[in-house]
Amino acid sequence: MVEAGRSPNIEILTNADLLSLKGKAGNFKADIVQRPRYIIADDCTACGLCTTYCPRHQVDDYNEGLNITRPIHIDYPQAVPATYYIDPRSCLHLTHETCQICVPVCQSKAIDFSQKPEERTLEVGAVIMSPGFGRIPEDTLAKYSFGKHPDVVTSIEFERLLNPSGPFTGEVRCLSDNRHPHKIAFIQCVGSRDIGCDNGYCSSVCCMYAIKEAMVAKEHDPDAEITIYYMDIRTQGKEFDAAQKRAEDKGIKFVRAKVADVMPWGNHLRLTYSTLDGTHSFKPFDMVVLSVGLESPPDADKLADMAGFKLNKYNFCDTDTFAPLATSKEGIYVAGAFNGPMDIPESVTQSSGAAGIASGLIKKQRGRGIIHKSYPDEKELGDEVRIGVFVCHCGINIGSVVDVPDVSNYAGDMDGVVYYTESLYSCSQDAQEVLKEKIKEHDLNRVVIAACSPRTHEPLFQETLKDAGLNRSLFEMVNIRDQCSWVHANEPGAATDKSKDLVRMAVAKARHIQPLPEQTVPVNKTGLVIGGGIGGMTAALNLADQGFNCSLVEKQDSLGGNFKTLSHTKKLIDLVKKNKLVTVYTDAQLQQTNGFVGNFTSIITSGKGAKVKEYTLDHGVIIIATGAREHRPETVLGNTIKYSKKVVTQSELAEQLEGKGKNRAPDSIVMVQCAGSRGDDLNYCSKTCCTTAVQNALRVKEINPDSQVIMLYRDIRTYGYAEDLYQDARQKGVLFIPYELNNKPVIAEKGSKLSVSYFDPILQDDVSMSPQMVALSVGMVPEETDTLSKLLKVPVTADSFFLEAHVKLRPVELPVDGVYVCGLAHSPKPINEIIVQAQAASAKSAMPLVKGYVTVDPIVSNVDKDICIGCKLCTSLCPYQAIQMVKDENNRPKAETIVASCKACGICASHCPTFAISMGGFTNEQLNSQIQAFGQAVMEKETEAA
Amino acid sequence: MAKATKSREGTVMVLGGGIAGVQAALDLTDLGYYVYLVEKSPAIGGVMAQLDKTFPTNDCSL
Ligand SMILES: Cc1cc2nc3c(=O)[nH]c(=O)nc-3n(C[C@H](O)[C@H](O)[C@H](O)COP(=O)(O)OP(=O)(O)OC[C@H]3O[C@@H](n4cnc5c(N)ncnc54)[C@H](O)[C@@H]3O)c2cc1C
Ligand code: SF4
Ligand code: SF4
Repeated sequence: MVEAGRSPNIEILTNADLLSLKGKAGNFKADIVQRPRYIIADDCTACGLCTTYCPRHQVDDYNEGLNITRPIHIDYPQAVPATYYIDPRSCLHLTHETCQICVPVCQSKAIDFSQKPEERTLEVGAVIMSPGFGRIPEDTLAKYSFGKHPDVVTSIEFERLLNPSGPFTGEVRCLSDNRHPHKIAFIQCVGSRDIGCDNGYCSSVCCMYAIKEAMVAKEHDPDAEITIYYMDIRTQGKEFDAAQKRAEDKGIKFVRAKVADVMPWGNHLRLTYSTLDGTHSFKPFDMVVLSVGLESPPDADKLADMAGFKLNKYNFCDTDTFAPLATSKEGIYVAGAFNGPMDIPESVTQSSGAAGIASGLIKKQRGRGIIHKSYPDEKELGDEVRIGVFVCHCGINIGSVVDVPDVSNYAGDMDGVVYYTESLYSCSQDAQEVLKEKIKEHDLNRVVIAACSPRTHEPLFQETLKDAGLNRSLFEMVNIRDQCSWVHANEPGAATDKSKDLVRMAVAKARHIQPLPEQTVPVNKTGLVIGGGIGGMTAALNLADQGFNCSLVEKQDSLGGNFKTLSHTKKLIDLVKKNKLVTVYTDAQLQQTNGFVGNFTSIITSGKGAKVKEYTLDHGVIIIATGAREHRPETVLGNTIKYSKKVVTQSELAEQLEGKGKNRAPDSIVMVQCAGSRGDDLNYCSKTCCTTAVQNALRVKEINPDSQVIMLYRDIRTYGYAEDLYQDARQKGVLFIPYELNNKPVIAEKGSKLSVSYFDPILQDDVSMSPQMVALSVGMVPEETDTLSKLLKVPVTADSFFLEAHVKLRPVELPVDGVYVCGLAHSPKPINEIIVQAQAASAKSAMPLVKGYVTVDPIVSNVDKDICIGCKLCTSLCPYQAIQMVKDENNRPKAETIVASCKACGICASHCPTFAISMGGFTNEQLNSQIQAFGQAVMEKETEAA
Repeated sequence: MAKATKSREGTVMVLGGGIAGVQAALDLTDLGYYVYLVEKSPAIGGVMAQLDKTFPTNDCSL
């Protein structure tokens, strides 16, 4: 967010409403109005003095009304823009023309009651709709005593209770009497999967967030007893089942039950629920959390009217399976929860995809509106080391454990430190301004920040350094959150001592850091897409739409992958073949890839038998879209399986049902879910099989209404709108019967007859039957990810899916720059999600191509050729092939770094027998001084003891 | 910072500044476009800014 606030190419218009949207793709006119903040944004320093003087109270919406704030306030310290605002609904001056006490209080004269709404017309080529989701209406929550008893809270309120900046500064307390709740219940599917409130769909995210919230609550209070009441646990996302397993291991209870009601009961709450066997029970709780679903946004109708696109029956944006990011109006795209309930990784993927399509639409205008950010010249450093140390409280994340003022003062006494201070949130936008000022004011030439993780925040601080005229390498970051306040949460003294150690070491190193030059490398503006299924073809076409050439490599003799028979696939194949920018290689395999982002060279072979030809392709980026195939386990839930006409997979059944055979829909069929998935054989949930099975069940019922269809399942995971299909199937008489892993269904063949026996929890009895057919939901396995992972040096998960760089924020990028992934090679998912991911991968891969060059991180290795003896040890050890041997003027072999390939892992430097290799930013001198600084404390302690 | 108010080519409007809108805006700038990020509330971030930690990585949500 801060990044968006800093970009010169994003104009953030807050407090803004859309008034009208006219025009057509490529040429829209949007009228907007910006409501006044009554505070001059550029003048406000976010000091907060005004809030302390404002006499009026108002509920704090940001904290879900759980505490109070003042009409003049900021939602939270890291808010972007970091400017206060006045809420006109309660401000005494704006409601009664009195008060104005804040005006003289503000030292920077930022308060301006004369501000009026400002209208503006924006001329834009494309529009992306991302208004998110709305709230489940309170009357739906009323049956759980929400609004009647303060200890019944929504999951969003519970998030605020857990949060350090929340109403009880991160302590979970009952709102009724401030006690710590000991017994907490979560009720799932509140406002979702509920036709009573017209929300038939499943909100897809609440199972997972409930598990998360329960786990965090357990961290706060390990003795808390937490029970989650659910119908199905829908943790179908990548590695999400593992999270549920961890929750169970932590003692969080999962009870499959319907909650009838929640009633106040003395000091407590009484929750009544019914289990599958028909028994009603009740239990007392201190607090009940409602896992509320995601509702369509309140102004969806208005937006759709104004912009002229369609909504679906649940008032979310209407999109097509095969064009999942396009609204019904050309040039207007959609991303995030407004496109149907979804979590953050999925929203982020959609956003990249939508950005990519919009970019394709108006590619002729690319670059015309852009402002190029320029930095001041780097200032001369001089000989004197002038270090500034900034120690961050991170709200209470660090500050509640580590004695931050003590650490900061300690730093002040160190050699070279000319300025030291503490800050509440050093990542906030205003803190960046402060940092810049302090660098100027004290002529700092090295900066040490002790805060959270450099993984997330180092780039931000380095950018600020550049803004202040310092080379970004003149920076050291100390992680006193993960390494001190988090891991030593119960030992504040030790955590503080360790923070001092780390800061001392960083300062010692900082004394020796030097500016490192920025390097750039030009980019070859073409792509390579591996895999010619729906994902690969979509990605290739998208790259072409954005104006880039690419090669599409398919190992089979024709394009289409798993979905060859779909009419959409046929359309794509046609488009790919016609597209001049896409070159297709069939019967093709990637043999070798060298190089680095912007400059890859790959060798592929294509053709069959004697006609195999070798091609060398130069390209700037790689998209992996190698997909997955149907799994075919030989044992399912402990039963040996002989596939036959009677025992089939769901895809075989689908094919049979598509056909014309008279008896294609059997009179009786048992479907077995998770046959191979979720720990049976594969560890993960295959995500699509529940929906496929339900679709097949419906199809059987449609062709043969008298057919007896039984589905044995663990959790039915028809998330999102697929829940409609599930409800439909139940209504049409498909029987859904859950099984437990300690009592698995038994599938056997007796002579020519099939037999299936299982425990029926509704009848509380064992049932045995002889269906005509058994259909297995066998799940899917990734294709050849292990070979590609070796060729491209990208990691895979334990389940052999490619492992993305950051699951939440960089969901289609792999850890090797310039390599992207989409589709089933990433994880199991349905077609619409494959297409979104392909669109996202092509958008992301287009970025270096658009830019035309890549910047090299200056921390790469550097060989001192005078010391190098040419032993080649480093070339053989480098995992990224980033060191090559060259000849010097005397024809002697010397090692040399290929800077754009180097990942700065340091393996070469640590193995070089003559210490010829040093790492930028990690020289021996720097590391030695750090180690000495560490030893210093130990020695001091020993002397003290002696 | 100079912000243009006149009409310019190569611009996109993103409506809604939650995580989806913010990501779309950032990606659009990386693809060579100027973005108007229109948000109805006083700050961007949407619901994610209210969450404590977020799955699957459970790090801080900002
Ligand atoms: C309790 C709870 C916990 C969750 N936990 C997690 C989690 O741990 N991990 C995870 O991945 N997901 C989680 N989610 C889901 C997550 O919140 C969503 O995936 C995410 O917020 C969707 O982002 P968005 O940008 O689409 O929508 P939003 O966050 O809703 O943002 C929409 C933005 O658009 C603005 N807006 C709306 N209408 C207009 C308009 N007409 N004009 C201008 N602006 C407008 C809004 O003010 C808002 O800023 C959770 C959800 C809930 C309810
Ligand atoms: S089943 Fe769906 S609606 Fe119900 S809690 Fe789980 S994710 Fe939410
Ligand atoms: S059947 Fe498939 S989608 Fe359903 S829960 Fe099992 S593995 Fe997941």
